[in-house]
Amino acid sequence: MLKIKNINTYYGQVYALKNVSLHLKEGEIVTLIGANGAGKTTLLNSLSCIVPVQSGEILFAGESISNLAPSQIVRLGISQVPEGRQVFKPLSVEDNLELGAYQHYSSRAGRAEAKNTASMIYDLFPILHKRRKQLAGTLSGGEQQMLSIGRALMAKPKLLLLDEPSMGLAPMIVQEIFRVIENLSQEKQTTVLLVEQNARAALKMAHRGYVLETGKMILEGTAAELLQNKDVQRAYLGRDKKEIWER
Amino acid sequence: MNIWDQTHECMSRDELEQLQLERLQATINRVHKNVTHYRKKFAQPGIIPEDIRSLSDLTKLPFTTKEDLRINYPYGMFAVPLREVVRIHSSSGTTSKPIVVGYTKNDLRIWSNLVARFMTAAGVTSDDLVQIAFSYGLFTGAFGIHYGAEVIGASVIPMGTGNTEKQIMIMQDYKTTVLVSTPSYALELAGRISQAGIDPQTLSLRFGLFGGEPWSEKMRREIESRLHLSATDNYGLSEVIGPGIAGECQCKNGMHVYEDSFIPEIINPQTGEVLPAGAEGELVLTTLTKEAFPMIRYRTGDITSLDYSPCACGRTQVRMQRIVRRSDDMLIIRGINVYPSQIEEAIVSVAQGEAPYQIVVERKGAMDSLEIIIEVTSKIFSLELQKQRSFLEELKKRIGSVTGIGVSVKLVEANSLPKTENKTSRVVDKRQI
Repeated sequence: MLKIKNINTYYGQVYALKNVSLHLKEGEIVTLIGANGAGKTTLLNSLSCIVPVQSGEILFAGESISNLAPSQIVRLGISQVPEGRQVFKPLSVEDNLELGAYQHYSSRAGRAEAKNTASMIYDLFPILHKRRKQLAGTLSGGEQQMLSIGRALMAKPKLLLLDEPSMGLAPMIVQEIFRVIENLSQEKQTTVLLVEQNARAALKMAHRGYVLETGKMILEGTAAELLQNKDVQRAYLGRDKKEIWER
Repeated sequence: MNIWDQTHECMSRDELEQLQLERLQATINRVHKNVTHYRKKFAQPGIIPEDIRSLSDLTKLPFTTKEDLRINYPYGMFAVPLREVVRIHSSSGTTSKPIVVGYTKNDLRIWSNLVARFMTAAGVTSDDLVQIAFSYGLFTGAFGIHYGAEVIGASVIPMGTGNTEKQIMIMQDYKTTVLVSTPSYALELAGRISQAGIDPQTLSLRFGLFGGEPWSEKMRREIESRLHLSATDNYGLSEVIGPGIAGECQCKNGMHVYEDSFIPEIINPQTGEVLPAGAEGELVLTTLTKEAFPMIRYRTGDITSLDYSPCACGRTQVRMQRIVRRSDDMLIIRGINVYPSQIEEAIVSVAQGEAPYQIVVERKGAMDSLEIIIEVTSKIFSLELQKQRSFLEELKKRIGSVTGIGVSVKLVEANSLPKTENKTSRVVDKRQI
C-alpha cells in the first residue's frame, strides 16, 4: 500500500536520508530501527510531508504523495503519532481527540462519525474515558501516549505512523501500548510503521523490519531474521560488543 | 502443486522489483561499509552507494570474478567479522588455493528455505525419504540439500558419494523415495541396479533431484525411464550460496531463479555488455539476502538464457534454461569443478618446469573420467631413476589433492601429442551429454 523509492531528504545542509526505499503491505506492522540520528523520525516526517523531500518517489495506494500539504496526507489516510506525544496540554482529553478529527468537522455526518470513533477509542483506552474532562497536561506519560495515539486514530487512518511510542514509559505501560498496536493491526487491519528505540519489543511484534544507519538502509528482513542478525543484536539489542575481525 | 514460499515465489513483478531495490540498496550499503574490496572496486568508476537508484543502475557496478576471490583469499570478501560466521565451505579456485565462503546463522536459515523451495517444487513433502548421494565435506551441495529436506520435514539419509552397492541396498531396504545426486551418477546407479537384476519398479523412488553438472533432456528421459521417477534440475554454485539459486517446477521447462534473493543478469562474456531478456549469454548473479558473503555481479561462467514468460505452475519468478556450456575453460567432472590451470600448476611444480600436456575427458558408461597425457621433456627424462618412477604417482597425488578427483596420468614420447597449427589443444572433451 505504501511504496517509497529513493527518497533523499535534507535538513539544511545535513543530508539526512540517502536513497531510502521501503514498502508496506496492507495490514503489515513494519518497524524501523536505528540509532539516534539515523534518520528514523526524518523518514516519518518525510512521509507526512512535514519536511520536504528533495527527490524520490512516495506512492500511497498507487498515488504519488510526495510534497503534498500535511493536511492532505491526513485526509488520504496517513496519521502520525509524533515523538514525545505532543498532546495539547491546556486542552481536555476530549478536545484533544476532537482535534484529531477536525477535518471531518465541516459536515454533520463527519461530526457524528467522529463521535463514534471517539467511543471506539475510549473502548481501546478505557482510562481516557475516565479522564475525558481532565486537561491533557495533567495526565501521566503513558496516558498522554495513549491520548496521542487516540488522537491520530480519530482521523481513521489506513496507515499509522508511530514515532517512539515507548519513550520514557514504564515497561508495564509499554506492554499495554504495544498490545493495542497489535490489536489495531489484527482487528482493524490498520497498517503500522513503527519507529522504535526498543528494538527487541518492536521486532517481537512486527512482521518485518528495516535497519537505518546514518541515513542509509542497511538491512531489510523479517522480524525473526533481524532478531538473529548480529549487527542488529550488537547495535540495537545491547548484546555482543563491537569487534571487527582483523586481517 | 505445492509452493514452499507463496509470498515470494508468486510475487507480482511490481512488488518484486520494489523488494529487490530495497534489498539491493541495503546490500550495496553493507558491502561498501564492510568489504574493502568492494569499496575499492566501486571507487574506480567513482561510484558511491547513493548512485544506485534503480535496479538498472546495477549495471554501473563492476563485475566480481573468480580472480577477485582468489586475490582476497581466504576471508577478504567476508562482510561480517569471522566470529559471526558459523559455517565455512569452499569451492574450486583457478589455482591450488580454493575459494572460501562463509555463512552466518541467518544465511544458513535462508539457504535452507531456498533449497526447500525447489525441493517442494519438485514434489518432495514431509513424507519423503531423501537419499543424498552428494559429497559431504567442504562442498556445498550435500549440506544445502540436507538442510532443505530437513526444513520440509522429510527424512534425510546422508549417504554421501560412492559405495554404489550400499547405495542400492539402502535404496531398497530403507525405501528411499527421493534420490539426490549428479545426473551421471543416477545413470550409473540405474546401470548397477539392472546389472544386479533388480526391477526398478520394485524400488520406492518417486523423485530425483539432479544437479552439480550439465545434463540434457535425453539424459532426463533416460533416467526417468530407467529409475521410474520424476527428474528435475536445479542450479547453484558455492561462490553465490550453493544449491538454492534456481530450480525446476513440475512443468520441467526451465529453472525458476529465486529473484527475491538473487538478481540474475545475462551478459556477453566477451564485452560484458548486458543482453536483453531471452538472449543467450553468461549468467551474472547479485545476492540480496546474504549476510556473511554477499556477491555483487558475480560472473558465474555459465552460459544460459532467461525466460520471463509466465509459467503454468503459478510461480512468477523468471526461468533460466539449463546450462548450455561454460564461458571459461572450467570442466565439471562427476559434479566437481576443475580448472585446467589447477592441473597445469600441479604439472609445472612436479615436472619442475613446463611440460606439454593434454587433458582428455571421456564418459565411460555413465561416469566421467579424466586422463592427463604428458610429453616427456628433457627435465623429466633427466630425473634420477628413483624420482622418474615416482613422478607419475606424485603427479596423480598432487592433482588429486588439489582438484579432489582421481585422475590417470600417462607419459608419451616428445612431440607425439596431436598438434593443430603448431599448438596442442590443452583440453579435449570427448563427452556427449
